[in-house]
This record gives sequence, structure tokens and C-alpha cells, in this order.
Amino acid sequence: MLSKKTTVPFRGTEEQEKALLEVIAELKDEKGALMRILQKAQDIYGYLPIEVQKMISDGTGIPLEKIYGVATFYSQFALNPKGKYQISVCLGTACYVKGSGDIYNKLMEKLGIEGGECTPDGKFSLDACRCIGACGLAPVITINDEVYGRLKVDDIDDILAKYE
Amino acid sequence: MENINLKINGLDVSAPAGSTVLEAARLAGIKIPTLCYLKDINEIGACRMCVVEVKGARNLVAACVHPISEGMEVLTNTPKLIQSRKRTLQLLLSNHDKSCLSCVRSGNCELQQLCKEYGVDDANYYEGVSNSYELDDSAAHMIRDNNKCILCRRCVAVCEKTQGIGVIGPNNRGFDTFIGSPFGMGLGETSCVSCGQCIAVCPTGALYEKDYTDQVLEAIADPDKYVVVQTAPSVRAGLGEEFGYPMGTDVEGKMAAALRRIGFDKVFDTDWGADLTIVEEAAELLDRIQNGGVLPMITSCSPGWVKYCEHYFPDMTENLSTCKSPQQMFGAMLKTYFAEKEGIDPKKIVSVSVMPCTAKKFEVGRDDQDAAGVPDVDIAITTRELARLIRRCGIEFTALPDETFDDPMGESTGAGVIFGATGGVMEAALRTAVEKLTGEELANLDFKDVRGIEGIKEAVYPVAGMDVKVAVASGLGNARTLLNKVKAGEADYHFIEIMGCPGGCVNGGGQPQVSGDVRNFTDVRGIRASVLYKNDANKPIRKSHENPAIKKLYEEYLGEPGSHKAHETLHTSYVKRTIN
Repeated sequence: MLSKKTTVPFRGTEEQEKALLEVIAELKDEKGALMRILQKAQDIYGYLPIEVQKMISDGTGIPLEKIYGVATFYSQFALNPKGKYQISVCLGTACYVKGSGDIYNKLMEKLGIEGGECTPDGKFSLDACRCIGACGLAPVITINDEVYGRLKVDDIDDILAKYE
Repeated sequence: MENINLKINGLDVSAPAGSTVLEAARLAGIKIPTLCYLKDINEIGACRMCVVEVKGARNLVAACVHPISEGMEVLTNTPKLIQSRKRTLQLLLSNHDKSCLSCVRSGNCELQQLCKEYGVDDANYYEGVSNSYELDDSAAHMIRDNNKCILCRRCVAVCEKTQGIGVIGPNNRGFDTFIGSPFGMGLGETSCVSCGQCIAVCPTGALYEKDYTDQVLEAIADPDKYVVVQTAPSVRAGLGEEFGYPMGTDVEGKMAAALRRIGFDKVFDTDWGADLTIVEEAAELLDRIQNGGVLPMITSCSPGWVKYCEHYFPDMTENLSTCKSPQQMFGAMLKTYFAEKEGIDPKKIVSVSVMPCTAKKFEVGRDDQDAAGVPDVDIAITTRELARLIRRCGIEFTALPDETFDDPMGESTGAGVIFGATGGVMEAALRTAVEKLTGEELANLDFKDVRGIEGIKEAVYPVAGMDVKVAVASGLGNARTLLNKVKAGEADYHFIEIMGCPGGCVNGGGQPQVSGDVRNFTDVRGIRASVLYKNDANKPIRKSHENPAIKKLYEEYLGEPGSHKAHETLHTSYVKRTIN
């Protein structure tokens, strides 16, 4: 089974909760409001952990599973927060044939998380992405705004060490 | 209603406006195969088994949701359609655990049946990855095996729409889609109430009850154990379907004979427990009415409903009758009264119940259900498990003679047997409560206003100078509607009967599964309930408080209804739960 509860502790603030409750109060009686509530909730919190989905469920009366089903259907919604350092591995065609799949696997192993997840200390999050237009540097990863190209699996340790 | 004329396979057909192609074809005696479709519950046209050709339409259309129109020409069995259905089945099988040999549904699996009809074998037509899922056995009553799930969403629809719960749904997307609970929770961690309606509608072996047939046989084989069985009213109304009898056949006599041949030391009847429940519950109701107790009082026989109340209406648990369910009352008296009378150590008794219900598996493990210091009931099996037991023991069910239950806990009245139908507990309670209130004998025992398969029923009975207001709901979605009305102050009932499953226990989650194409065109609840009402009408005694065995129980053991001893053994408590 996929998409389990995030391992990153929830650090929602009172202001965020107040903002979410306002959104729910404003939208809950409208037909098809769930998508808009989820989008706004993600704007407020950056992601949709169980704590946020439960607040939406309590506020709207929509079963938690229904909310979770929608949140896991659309790729625009994230169940995990983004890390301080957001790693994106390009799995576009050029990078993929140059071995970015191995780099992605190595990162998952090193960080102990799956794609789409965040390390429990909130430091690194890992995602796969499609072509970022740097095919000449394939295979490519980005960490926040930094681009690392022509990578080999063995380069990963040194790159991560820079962010320790 | 206006009729619409169309042609199906060249035949002239006339069907009411608003019908679907599937319904019109049915009227003409033409069966169109379905898989995801459940009338009024799951009408999503997703599985593509029911595709038909409609003249002028660009693509094949789903007959289950496509409305008929005047002059429409429909074809239902062309080679193109048969090929399309075959391919649908092959694609389903390409990602299906085809361990049909010992699958619990082998023989009545709807997917297997269609594969047989369409000549689709288990060869791998499509190479590629297939999903692999761990079994979810976290709930007390059932297992989900998504390796056999075809994503038809019937379980999702019945949970969300009929029961108003929604603890399961489709997660993720595309090939990664699976039916489950949020955030990787097992079903046991959610606010699932164990009603088992998902199992009842599942077309394959993806959902099934936790099977305890082996444990029953082991107990029977153990010479140190005294194994006693009780059977709920609805079991006799459904069990026959497992052995080829038409729906609506009462197999009480053969069932008693079969249980004796399986080797139970005593073959008793939950109807006895139902009569006892009525006597206690009627006394509790009169006490609440006369002494300003919490009203409305709501029945507590249905463990699915009780758990639902605890999760979804925790502020109303005081309204629940404190009476244990008939199953648990029976178990309590078995291990106290009967054990003392017969000089048997209650620890040596294995108390087995056969129930139309999966929530009973949860109920046996609840707190405060152990009158003798040991569980009132040790093992609860479903009607389906009993059928499995009968087959495994080599009992030729149809050739059995009709036998009766053992004394004393097999003696029951007509009031006890109608417990299995929605409104039955109410009617049984009224037969006793009205006589207690007026002190006079009832002339007419039939309370017809509370009979029938409607989801919500109301009635007012003038009794001894007061208007007794009652309501009956079955199916938890209906229960929610009714309770919201009570909470909003729009209704002031004295007494409410709620059953977790639509139609009551006859349609319980532990009853024989009825395939979609039968269920969609048959009044399953009404036909099974008719067995119980006939059984009631033929009983010499039809009021619980006149059951001689129950009278004797009070004389010899309990004293009065609602006595201290009755409270210690026959009443229970509830908890407040959260929604997950």
C-alpha cells in the first residue's frame, strides 16, 4: 500500500488553523467544494498531512477517506512537506537513458525515504521530475536552485555532504 | 407512467420512461451481463461488461446507465460485443490473483461466472507488471485481499451511500489505484462498524469474513469441551440459498438437524435470547417512560448499529438500551443459569453462535460481555460459515429430516423470530410493552405499520391514555437521517428500533451472497423477511413474555425483569469513539 502517513512531525500554527477554518466555513456548503478547500489548504500548509485532512473532514462532514482519495488522485496535492533542501531528479528521456533512475534509487536509499517524501528531520525532500531542459548535462538533479549535471551514482555522497 | 417503445435484438420492447437499456432488456427476458452495477447503489458504468450497440451511437454504450428513448435500436450480443466483453475480462484477469481452487468465492464468484460464460481462461493474455498487496486483517470481522479486487467500487458505494460511513475508497490513481482506508490505516483502525455490507456486495473473493470453522470443529473434537450452538432468526431464512433452495425457504428444521450432526452438544436458538431481550427491554422502556429516563430509547440488538452510534453519535449512547443483544444474553444465560443447572463448569463451555452478521464477531470481544467471568460467546460464525461447516462435515443438507431445537434454550415465540426483519424488534417489544402498560391481553398481535422494507417507518399507538410514538430505521444512512431529526427536536419518539443493515438482519453482512444480477431485480429483504413472518404466524405462542422457558428462567434464576441479577448478567455499557 502506498502513501502512508508522513514521518515528518506536524508543525501547524494557530494562524494556519484559523485560516483553514475560514476557508472551510466559506466554502463548505458549495457543491464540489472539496477541490478548492484542498487547494487552499495546501496553499496554507504547503502540503496535506493527516492533521489537515482531519480538520477538513471534521469541518465539512466529508469522510476522511474521501478526502484522502481525492488528495492521492491528483498529482497537484502533496501528502508530505517539502524539505529545507528540495531534491528533484530528472527522469525525462535523456536523463533516464543516461542513468538517472539509478541516481534516484541511490538517493532513496541514502535518505531512507521514497519519492514524494521528506526526511523526518525536515531537511531533504525527494521528487522525480520530467525534463528540465538541461539534457546536455544529463543526468541532472536539482537541489533547490542548484543544478548538478553529468552525474554518476558515486557523486551523490559528496553532493549531499555539502548540505549536512 | 408513460411507456417508451424500442427494439432490442430485433424484438419490440415497451418499457417505462426513465428505464435504462439494462432494465428494458430485462423486461424482454434478455440478460445483459453486469459486474460493477448495483441498482440504486453503484450506477457508474465503469466496468464495461454491460456494453451494448445502439444504432447511431458512435461507441458502445453502458446498458446499466444508458436511458432508453423512443425508436431506439439496441443489440446486446453481437460478435463485436462478445469480443469487447472478453477483452474486458482478460484485462481484469491480467492483474488478478487467480487462485480460484480454494478461493472462498469459488463457485459463486461473479467474475468466475462471467469468465465461464464467455470462455475466458486463466492464460496470461497481457504481459506486464501486476500489483501485489498485503492482506488487511486488522479488523475483527473481515479480511480485505486487494489481489482479488477488480475495483468495481461496489463496497465503496455501499459503505458511503447506503451506510453513510465511507471508511473505504479508491486511493492513488491509474494502475496504482487500490481500495483502502486513508493514510495506510487498516480497516480496524478506522471507524468501520463491521456491518459487512461490503462483503455482501463484493463480486469476487476480495472481501470475506474471518473464518472460524476450524476452531468450531476443533472445539467439538475436544472431549473436555461442552460445545453449544445458538442460531439467529435470520439464519433459517437464508441458509437454504446455500443449498439450492429458492430464496425465501425456511430451513429451520434441517438446520437444527445439521447442527446436531456436526456434533454440537446442545442445539439452541437465539430466538430464546430474543424473547429474553424483549422482556428486559420492555421493562427498561416502561421504566424510562414512567420514571423520566432518557428518551427516546433505542434498541441495542445490532452490534453494527451500536458501534456506529458510538463513533458517529457519541452524545446519544445514553439513548441506547443497556440490554445486551440476544446473542450475548443467550451466551450470558448459557454460562450462568444453564451451567449451574446442569452442573457444568462455564470455563469448559464453548459458546458458538451462528449469525447473519459479521459485526457479531466484533461484539463477542467487547468489554462487559462476560456474565460468568468468561466471554458470553466464544465464537461467532456467519450463515456462510455454517454452510461451509455443513459441507465440510459431509452432511447431505437436502436429505436431512426436520428436527427441533433442544430444551430449554431452544424454546421461543413468534416475537423472537421476527427480530431478523426491520421492525421486528419493535413489533415484538410492542406486543409485550402494550400488555404491560394496559394490563390487558392484546386482541391483535400484528403491528403492520412497522413492517415492510422501507428505510424509515413511524407509528403512533394510543396505549393506556398515552400516545406511544415509535420509529424504525434500517441501514445506517437511514439511521443518521432519523437521529438528526431527533437531535434537531423535530421528532419526540419514545422508542426507536435501529438495525445496521438495510432491511434488518435478513439482509445482514453474514448472509449468503446474492449475485448482482439477481439482487438488482429481486426484493431480497422482503422475500427473506416473509420467512420470519410466516414462522411467527404459525407459532402457538407469539409474545415473548409468555415463553414458558423464559418465565421459568425468571422464576428459577433472575427474579423480576430489570432485577439486580438481570442487570449484572444481561445489561452492558457503551463507550464513546471517534471518527476515523
